[in-house]
Amino acid sequence: MSDVPLIPDIKKPFYRLGEKEGLMSWVATVDHKLLGLMYISTAFLFFIVGGLEALLMRIQLGTARNTFLSPEVYNQVFTMHGTTMVFLVVIPLMLGSGIYLVPLMIGARDMAFPRLNALGFWLLFFGGLLLYYSFVAGGAPNGGWFSYAPYSERAFNTTYGIDYWALGLFVQGIGTTLAGINFVVTILAMRAPGMKLTQVPMFVWTTFINGFLIIGAIPPLNAALVMLLIDRRLNAHFFTPQSGGSSILWQHYFWAFGHPEVYIMVLPAFGIISEVLPVFSRKPLFGFNAVAISTIAIAFLSYAVYAHHMFAVGLGPAFEAFFAAATALIAVPTGIKIFNWVFTVWGGKLRFTTAMLYCVSFIFMFTIGGISGVTFAVVPTDWQTTDTYYVVAHMHYVLFGGTFFAVVGGIYYWFPKATGRLLSEKHGKIQFWLTFTGFNLTFFIQHFLGLMGMPRRVYSYPDYPMWSLFNLISTIGAFLLGFSILYLMVMMWWALRKGQRAGDDPWDAYTLEWSTSSPPPIQNFDIIPPVRSRRPLWDWKHPEDPDWKRDHSGKQLAMQRSDEA
Amino acid sequence: MSVTAHTTTVAHHEEPGAPMGKAELGILAFLATEAIFFGLLILSYVYFRVTDNSAPNADILKPNFIRTLIFSLCLFASSGTIVLAEQALKKGNRRGLVLWLVVTVVLGLAFLSGQGWEYAELIGENITPARNTFGTAFFTMTGFHGFHVFGGLVMLSILAGLAAAGDFKGPHSAAVTCVSWYWHFVDIVWVFIFSMVYVLPALGII
Ligand code: HEM
Ligand SMILES: [Cu+2]
Repeated sequence: MSDVPLIPDIKKPFYRLGEKEGLMSWVATVDHKLLGLMYISTAFLFFIVGGLEALLMRIQLGTARNTFLSPEVYNQVFTMHGTTMVFLVVIPLMLGSGIYLVPLMIGARDMAFPRLNALGFWLLFFGGLLLYYSFVAGGAPNGGWFSYAPYSERAFNTTYGIDYWALGLFVQGIGTTLAGINFVVTILAMRAPGMKLTQVPMFVWTTFINGFLIIGAIPPLNAALVMLLIDRRLNAHFFTPQSGGSSILWQHYFWAFGHPEVYIMVLPAFGIISEVLPVFSRKPLFGFNAVAISTIAIAFLSYAVYAHHMFAVGLGPAFEAFFAAATALIAVPTGIKIFNWVFTVWGGKLRFTTAMLYCVSFIFMFTIGGISGVTFAVVPTDWQTTDTYYVVAHMHYVLFGGTFFAVVGGIYYWFPKATGRLLSEKHGKIQFWLTFTGFNLTFFIQHFLGLMGMPRRVYSYPDYPMWSLFNLISTIGAFLLGFSILYLMVMMWWALRKGQRAGDDPWDAYTLEWSTSSPPPIQNFDIIPPVRSRRPLWDWKHPEDPDWKRDHSGKQLAMQRSDEA
Repeated sequence: MSVTAHTTTVAHHEEPGAPMGKAELGILAFLATEAIFFGLLILSYVYFRVTDNSAPNADILKPNFIRTLIFSLCLFASSGTIVLAEQALKKGNRRGLVLWLVVTVVLGLAFLSGQGWEYAELIGENITPARNTFGTAFFTMTGFHGFHVFGGLVMLSILAGLAAAGDFKGPHSAAVTCVSWYWHFVDIVWVFIFSMVYVLPALGII
């Protein structure tokens, strides 16, 4: 079995996670490792809540004309589900992984601004609480995760739900922005001696670009949110067409944030994939430069495609042609990445650990999501499928099958580093297949439901042929998926206590974080291996044949190494 | 990065003489987010100005153009005085630093009181965010700007207090540089707002 961990080194001292014991060591910390883990734990906490909301919806939709949830409650539940998953699960997972890993991967002691880092976390955390406080304050928001105006205005929406929605997202948006700034500065200013900006690991690079995306994309959201709040609380008129305002303006500002946002939610996942695949294929990332440059291309293009969410508005042929073309174009750099991952795995000496399984299936799931995405670029097709379950299937293939699969793969991969203990490979495999089956069962069939005309965001549907059956299958899949997540959480909880000791470098990896102990000491590193290539730890372990003695361009290196593999 | 690259080193490395330190990079990134935020607020103002002609609108501000110009000049001048403060710091002249910081604060306060005066008059005539899209966009944009001026004044006052208490030996302080950049930024935002709300309508352009 080549997939069992190598050389567990059990004699080393075991660093405690916090400097001091007790809750205070977490609340008061400015250490990036603790904050990173706090982000990820918060994400899991909200993931449970958002997941339960999803199951409530699936119960209601399990059969035609069901009466499990009232329409009012259903609206609140799908709004909170979407908002929670985007802002309180995926974003914190992406930020948390970056905050935990980036300093370790670039050989730094901490982020550039540790206190700002803590502030960012607490803003996000309390933003989340504010959002959920709406339940107590007379009703959760019910306008969907994009809260289109004028439905979200006071004239149509009199409870405080939307106010808490806007306020909560504004607060967490500031927190996210601070994290984005921190990433950019950390990666520019804190790299280990010798590590050029072009030599950082791919995860660091995607997080770097992500920092710029955050800096550019969150302000439109924040602007839109304060405008909505001013409308609602000061009776102003930004988005109220009946008094001269413009509800389309809301859509422009929201999607100017919203589309870059979907890439904010996926770029770090690209990074995770680009770290895990090479290690378990025993060769460097194929086409490092192509992956790096296509990331920049995606970042730029992501601002130029946002109005593909607004084709149904009727923007006019010129607008539509532009955004359709840009949307088709963005599939190109995305496709380049997919090819590079495939070539990375191709011909490698593969070790199918659970982490690897997740990352390989990411490629497939994300490709399915990418293909349905391109179909939306064709405006008439989009008119047919917009606001149907086809869109729901698309977004879940990219966000769940994409981002979330990558994150779970990353968890299997880095859990030993963060905790010093391995997750069980045996249970990991079971857990993976549960997730994989549950996910595809839930969402693949929704493509067909959408094409058959089932609109999204409806609490009930008539008993058309197959609709009940397909929905029931989806509901069964959702419960399987819920069970697999529960399984994962129990596995993590168990591994924290009883898991096998991992040692510093259980996967025989390439990047700096594996050169320090697991978990890393408070100062991160006592000694940093010299950085002369993109795989400093490989060079350190193979002084007879380091990467830097070979061609630096990357592509050739990957080919040579794969011949040897 | 430094030339000692290839030796094994203990984890720490920050180049003191680097052209731009962490703080400066951070504030630049922060100001980029602010620029987009204000850009969109100003854009919405212009959009309504073009699409919605309901009265009252910016024309109501014309009679007081000169007054607003004077208060705006105070703000623009304060960008100069903070540069003088930085130069004093560079020469190690701490009294000069305190002096110019205080002058900057006073000019900023003058601007804010001018804005307060204008607000009071408008609200007196029942022109509020609730009145029409002009009121909505005008008060949002100038309100957020005023709030940023106020934040700047707090930071400037803290700097002045610290300087008076003996901080800042010079010749360089990241804190002073960052606050100064922030202050210039707030100033530039006002250049745009002032042009859009006061100058262009006065010239009959929008
Ligand atoms: C090849 C790349 C992609 C293309 C061309 C694409 C295209 C589109 C289009 C045109 C829509 C609007 C459909 C409609 O509402 O009628 C859409 C919706 C959506 N996409 Fe993608 N997409 C791509 C990748 C992604 C990725 C990577 C993510 C996130 C990780 C994502 C997340 C979403 C979400 C969440 C929605 C639904 C938004 C909503 O209406 O609530 N997409 N996509
Ligand atoms: Cu999009």
